[in-house]
Amino acid sequence: MTTNGGALHRLHGVSVAIKDVMKIYEMRDGNELLALDPITLTITPGEFVAVVGPSGCGKSTLLSLIAGLAPVSSGSIQVDGQKLNRPHPKVGVVFQSDLLLYWRTVIDNILLPIEIKGRRRAEYAPRASMLLDQVGLTGFEQKYPNELSGGMRQRVSICRALVQEPGLLLMDEPFGALDALTREQMITDLQAMWYQLKNTVVFITHSIEEAVFLADRVIVMSPRPGRVDLDRRIEIERPRSWKTRIEPRFVEYMTEIRTIFEARGVLSKG
Amino acid sequence: MSAVGGSMSTDVVTREALERARLRRRRRRNTQAVIESLAAPVLSLLLLAAWQILVPLLGLSVFVLPTPAQIVTRIATDYRLLLTNSFVTLLETIAGFLIAALTGVSTAFAIFYSRVFERAIYPLLVAMQTVPKVALAPLLVLYLGYDFAPKCFLAFLLAYFPIVIATVVGLQALDKAMVDVVRSMGANEWQTFFKLRLPAALPSIFGGLKVGISLAVIGAVIGEYVAAERGLGYLQLQASSQFDTTLSFASLVIISLLGVITFWGIEILERRFVFRREAAK
Repeated sequence: MTTNGGALHRLHGVSVAIKDVMKIYEMRDGNELLALDPITLTITPGEFVAVVGPSGCGKSTLLSLIAGLAPVSSGSIQVDGQKLNRPHPKVGVVFQSDLLLYWRTVIDNILLPIEIKGRRRAEYAPRASMLLDQVGLTGFEQKYPNELSGGMRQRVSICRALVQEPGLLLMDEPFGALDALTREQMITDLQAMWYQLKNTVVFITHSIEEAVFLADRVIVMSPRPGRVDLDRRIEIERPRSWKTRIEPRFVEYMTEIRTIFEARGVLSKG
Repeated sequence: MSAVGGSMSTDVVTREALERARLRRRRRRNTQAVIESLAAPVLSLLLLAAWQILVPLLGLSVFVLPTPAQIVTRIATDYRLLLTNSFVTLLETIAGFLIAALTGVSTAFAIFYSRVFERAIYPLLVAMQTVPKVALAPLLVLYLGYDFAPKCFLAFLLAYFPIVIATVVGLQALDKAMVDVVRSMGANEWQTFFKLRLPAALPSIFGGLKVGISLAVIGAVIGEYVAAERGLGYLQLQASSQFDTTLSFASLVIISLLGVITFWGIEILERRFVFRREAAK
């Protein structure tokens, strides 16, 4: 493990290739639900991709498919050039809620993936501390999740996803359950962290602003069955600050996405 | 309206007022805590005192209802007899309970993992539960003899069901998203079980064990009522048949004590192994 004087070192981002992927759920009543229309998407190593869409458009489904948690109904997904049929070892996932194990301390939660992968805890402990430091939770190692606020817990779960140096980080509406101010801070912190890591990120959100602010590329999905409605590269240099959000370019991107939602009836014209 | 740049003196006054209020609050809370912790012992003492006073007042004979003092004295004089018999009952209880815990938790795992097994055994378990198991005691004597086995079996029988149910409920209560978390880290089912499912189900399992141990004591004693040559149930029955009501009551007290002590035993284990959500606060 090499460290750059307390800063996180760059990770090797991995590629994701999604080809003609469909997902059909069989419902209890025997009917079938088409969650994803054939989707094709190629994500290059080190790219920060935000997927934005209305509730129930299948964006979370897409994420769980990339995470290898559910099988595709047809088509194929490749992560780092390998066809997926189980969770890929180079992938870390952050879920909608923190989902920490309440009987484990912060540090034991962060090192859980290390234990499960059968690696040596001692080897990753320094990295765990460094990640905690990055999210402003130094000294919280021995605390239990119920001693932390919602925002702190989600920070811990981000550390947990990053401890094994994932080439691909999947985030499923990670800030959706947080209050507006905490979310604001988390978005800023995530950008700063990713600026050091530069791994591949797929970030699911229903916030247009969050997507445009964070991503190199925004994928807009249609209401169910999910399809790619727009694939827009966000050409705004980093690091981006809150002032970026009032720049005309930023507003243009947001307007473009909003217009699509209006056309789809997701948002009313106003 | 606002006291921006308030003078030194008002600051001091406010701080003192706040400090006084805090002290008052703390004192009130302490008094409340003391009253709460004394409520149960005081009520028990009052009831015992009433019993002690009313028995001679009503002219009840010692064959009908001995006083608490007489019962305590009897426990002190006959402690050897009570202790040897307690030991027998304790052994039956623990043996029956351990078997119930082992088989009960295993049954629950099997029910959790196998749908077929669940379908096969669940109706059977429920049906078994509707049979008054105490009524099985005479049959058990017929099949298992007069000794240790039927009591142990009855203790097991009573403790088994609540342990199975509590464990199954505990395993099924786990949020599916939590399973996704560990699976996304590449965990196999074995790891998922030991790192996640089991620790998450432990509070519920211990709930079942606590109900189970209380019932195991009852099972053992009932087994002794039917046919036995030693044990607290046997001692109590003997005492009653000889109109030694004081010894009967003394046995009853020890049986209750046995229930409390074994229950505590499980609670100590629970405190050792189970992290309670509230504990850290």
